[in-house]
Amino acid sequence: MTSLTLVRRIAARPSIVFDVLTTPDGIRYWWGPDDGPVLLAETDLRVGGSFRVRFRMLDGTEHESSGEYIEVVRPTRLVMSWRWTNGGDAAEAGEESRIEIDLHPIATGTELTFTHDRLQTTASRDSHEWGWNGAVDKLERHFSGEAGRAA
Amino acid sequence: MVKSPVSDLDRTFAALVDPTRRAILARLEQDGTVSVSELSRPFAIKLPAVMKHLDVLGEAGLITRTKTGRTVAVGLTAGPMEEAMHWLRRYERFWSARLHRLAAHAEAMETKVRAAEPPREDL
Repeated sequence: MTSLTLVRRIAARPSIVFDVLTTPDGIRYWWGPDDGPVLLAETDLRVGGSFRVRFRMLDGTEHESSGEYIEVVRPTRLVMSWRWTNGGDAAEAGEESRIEIDLHPIATGTELTFTHDRLQTTASRDSHEWGWNGAVDKLERHFSGEAGRAA
Repeated sequence: MVKSPVSDLDRTFAALVDPTRRAILARLEQDGTVSVSELSRPFAIKLPAVMKHLDVLGEAGLITRTKTGRTVAVGLTAGPMEEAMHWLRRYERFWSARLHRLAAHAEAMETKVRAAEPPREDL
């Protein structure tokens, strides 16, 4: 339950999806959460290379997130660290999380599996390894009503 | 960069690493408020050890203890788990919207690339 997984089927080949994910030109089209513009997108696409994206939302606020690429396997897999460096959630400023994206070719294009892990501490990693099943799953239901698509 | 203090969420996760503590929470989830002596009965550990686990759960804000006479009643607190669920729900909305736009753009690119490619005889 420390991670969120989303799966999407996209009618485009993996290499195209991968490039939209990783190139400044591609990022401009999707990174902002609303129709506000992406102001800056820099990517140094190699293991250890960093990325930085700054965008303005329609309410006028500007936000920036950045991270480093951990795995780069075009066109099937991308792993990167991710954090808010400006704006975003004040409570999470500076906290690092991890994003994993797998692209599987399917007949109609690509199946994209996106995982956002909040693994910033040893404690949460350990509890992850213990497995979050049984008791904790029940607790989630108890507290949340609707548990969302938590993995 | 300033190192952020141990967040409440971290404490929650640390408290939940231990299987006995998870079992205690599961019991409370099922039965509501339970006395400490009742709570320790199913476990093969002594009361002081159970009290220690309850201290950890208490510090993480996962349980509340109420003393009535000689009986201590233990109950669940919703807050920290709600914070974890809040994180998940918020980021689900956040990334769903982005992936939707990403897909739309990739599909437009695919259409463009296909139009530029020579027709494939083998298909």
